[in-house]
Amino acid sequence: MEVSQMAQRITIDPITRIEGHLRVDVEVDGGKVTKAWSSGQMFRGLEVILKGRDPRDAWLFTQRICGVCTTVHALASVRAVENALQLQVPLNAQYIRNLILSIHALHDHIVHFYALSALDWVDVVSALSADPVATQKLAESLSNWPGNSAKRFAAVKDKLKTLVASGQLGPFANAYWGHPAMKLPPEANLMAVSHYLEALDYQRKATQALAIFSGKNPHIQNLSVGGVTCAINPDSDSALNIERLYFVKQLVEEVRGFIQQVYLTDVVAVGALYKDWLPYGAGVTNYMAAPDMFLNVEGTEFDLPGGTVMGGDLKTVKPISSLNDEYFKKNVEESIAKAWYDGDWSKHPWEEDTEPKYTEFDAEGRYTWLKAPRFQGKPMQVGPLAQMVVGYALGHKDIVKNVNGALDRISAVAGVKVGPEILHSTIGRHAARAVRASMLADLALKHWGLLVENIGKGDLEIFNPPTFPKGEQRGVGVHEAPRGILSHWIVIENGKIKNYQCVVPSTWNAGPRDAKNQLGPYEASLMGNPIAEAEKPLEVLRTIHSFDPCIACAVHMLDPEGKETVKVKAL
Amino acid sequence: MADTENKTLVPRLDRRGFLKGCTLAAAALGLSETMVPKLVEAATAAQRPPVVWLHFQECTGCTETLLRASHPDIARLLLDIISLDYHETVMAAAGNQAEEALNDTLEKHKGKFVLIVEGAIPLKDNGIYCKIHGKTAKDILAEIAPKAAAIIAIGTCATYGGVQAAAPNPTGAVGVQELVNVPVVNISGCPPNPINLLGTVLHFLTFKRLPALDKLGRPLFAYGRRNHDHCERRAHFDEGRFVEQFGDDFHKKGYCLYKVGCKGPETFANCPAVRFNDVDVWPVSVGHGCVGCTEPNFWDTMTPFYERLPDVKIPGSGVITDADNVGKKILGVTAAAVGIHAAVGVGKRIIKGKNSEDK
Repeated sequence: MEVSQMAQRITIDPITRIEGHLRVDVEVDGGKVTKAWSSGQMFRGLEVILKGRDPRDAWLFTQRICGVCTTVHALASVRAVENALQLQVPLNAQYIRNLILSIHALHDHIVHFYALSALDWVDVVSALSADPVATQKLAESLSNWPGNSAKRFAAVKDKLKTLVASGQLGPFANAYWGHPAMKLPPEANLMAVSHYLEALDYQRKATQALAIFSGKNPHIQNLSVGGVTCAINPDSDSALNIERLYFVKQLVEEVRGFIQQVYLTDVVAVGALYKDWLPYGAGVTNYMAAPDMFLNVEGTEFDLPGGTVMGGDLKTVKPISSLNDEYFKKNVEESIAKAWYDGDWSKHPWEEDTEPKYTEFDAEGRYTWLKAPRFQGKPMQVGPLAQMVVGYALGHKDIVKNVNGALDRISAVAGVKVGPEILHSTIGRHAARAVRASMLADLALKHWGLLVENIGKGDLEIFNPPTFPKGEQRGVGVHEAPRGILSHWIVIENGKIKNYQCVVPSTWNAGPRDAKNQLGPYEASLMGNPIAEAEKPLEVLRTIHSFDPCIACAVHMLDPEGKETVKVKAL
Repeated sequence: MADTENKTLVPRLDRRGFLKGCTLAAAALGLSETMVPKLVEAATAAQRPPVVWLHFQECTGCTETLLRASHPDIARLLLDIISLDYHETVMAAAGNQAEEALNDTLEKHKGKFVLIVEGAIPLKDNGIYCKIHGKTAKDILAEIAPKAAAIIAIGTCATYGGVQAAAPNPTGAVGVQELVNVPVVNISGCPPNPINLLGTVLHFLTFKRLPALDKLGRPLFAYGRRNHDHCERRAHFDEGRFVEQFGDDFHKKGYCLYKVGCKGPETFANCPAVRFNDVDVWPVSVGHGCVGCTEPNFWDTMTPFYERLPDVKIPGSGVITDADNVGKKILGVTAAAVGIHAAVGVGKRIIKGKNSEDK
């Protein structure tokens, strides 16, 4: 590779192992990223299509924003309509929705770590030279998982050999094997590859548990504005009964075992073995999360805390304490100063009227279809890390316990004491996600118990029918999705949709600069990232993947007159 | 160049480099040099059929279904059955390395790979609404489709345009069959049951021919019957026992969902037969009506989803004709469909390589 003292510009298009079409440009000087641009390149127009339609149908449309974040846009949409109508859902519906959102997150977090990001840290080819017995020893030093046997590791190694010998590497072809930034010993790589394959089984079990409620997955089909449609009747074979409920419980327990004994452990190991990466990737340290997993029909008590923390300072924490909290509702706006829309305004979602206006990628001007969401004028990082930081700052008991537990384990493996400050990093986002998955597995089982207890009392209610009055109603539906705080903003007029806007986690994170040139979280997090080989910028993938990008979600607006919509470049 | 880079895994090599790569691979695998000719043979024989999977205007939900499939499961599918040479959501390589992997497969397996397309192709404004590597979806399809051994469109977007083609279809989105002149197998659904895609692929690989298709290009093994005709609640329909509102006593007893919007009477699919996610469910079994997601333009013809379908004969009570909204929607769609077909003609000419001046 040529060594140059000059700054180098690199374009990565397409970024793979994400949902959707994302382009990232970076400038590298002296082996470090000095400038970065994140550009969303697809445009579909669902908000335009929704205008004039029946608000009860909206959730089925918006769920098709994304098949990876399936369920989340469905849930935010029914909540938005219910908020506009001031309609409460029955307690059973609340619990069933909580089970859906938590079990979906278990699947999503497992898939993200193994299928979408592990190959940034794990060298599949290096695993070929691992000793299965030594791999068992390593795995057993980390976890009691019964699947960690030398025989299993030897079988996986054989499978890999066969694959390589076939000359057909399929999805593993032409990747970053042997890259200088790959640091794990062969045994850690073999263990991770084995868990990569096992993860495929456990993510499937999570979707099975979900489908028992939702009829299918992806794209669930058991919600309705006003509740859920899965009838409950312990005395019928055509409704949720005790057989169905215990099927869910068993599957969730199996998935919890994998998450707590394998996923969490692997993230601890990767974090500890890549401890030189702990200083990288903090970026924007303003955090925001939504409260979720509601415990009452009013939506005022919940198991997952929401709020904001500014500048990484835990003392600045402010709670968001319901779906209707004015602190959240009043302070959100979106800027289009650097995006391909007409104008340079910053507006509240209920007031937005977007006119697409495509121009070429211009690093000094407009360069993306993503708007730049801001809270009180500031960029915010959202996602599992935001929720863990906010919860930690609020002194949320479970979060403090689980985060400290993970930090202690990283310290033990790394041989150096680390504290919560390391969470502001690329590795920290992975760690927070794994901790969240572990907590959500416990919470899913808790809410399973609450549902069963409530049914046991004889409450079989699932639905309160909506009625649409004349005139205009405005609503917001908020949900803490696997990628962070999601809000759908609806305006209903005479029973039809008048305006619909989605402010999406990946837009918060992947959005561009604003009128004041404040970087978005992806861009800010890349500053100072090391780059060993400009032609193979694996390190950029590491940091971008740590956010779990979802670009179909981030760009869902579309305009009939707009110019170029989709362009994908990966590093 | 750092010698840590493993050349055995860089496919773009000349023959000399390739042989050297095989020797290195043999060493890495602990095999003797005598294995090299066998490795060369295996690497060029394409034992697992190559598959190229393209994403256009889509949500990745169809890809996600493969993660849920159990027979074959995703690991078996990728490691033992097919060679998934390009798939943006799954592949380890990104950017230029991903592009190289695609070009390599197109070159090496020309006329032999299976092309699977997920997502619609926007035609409006010369296709600018979907671009990858600076090329429009339409141009990418035009380049790759003629080189494929078979083309499978997965999901209602790739088959018929899908959700972005719903009125007013702002980007002029259409399905693959509108743009190519070879038979396309349409695996419709939003997303489809993964069994339907996998069944088609395995049928093709086993019998060396495509399965029998209906007039809409859908395999008969999966789309040969109306959901209504093999629904477990059909007896309730025939006896006039209906759910009037979600959560009512009839809902708790599993009565027919027709009056709360079920579109099963107009929807061809195998949902009640094969069910989803290996837990014996489909939407009707969890109390929600079928939304008709395997049918073209269902976002317009089947909405509002919670109103009943018009003109369905109900035993003992004649035809229910009071579904005004649904009827209006159907009329509106016919007009929209004419517009789409006009656009399609242009697209076909482009892909055939003929000139595409205005008609």
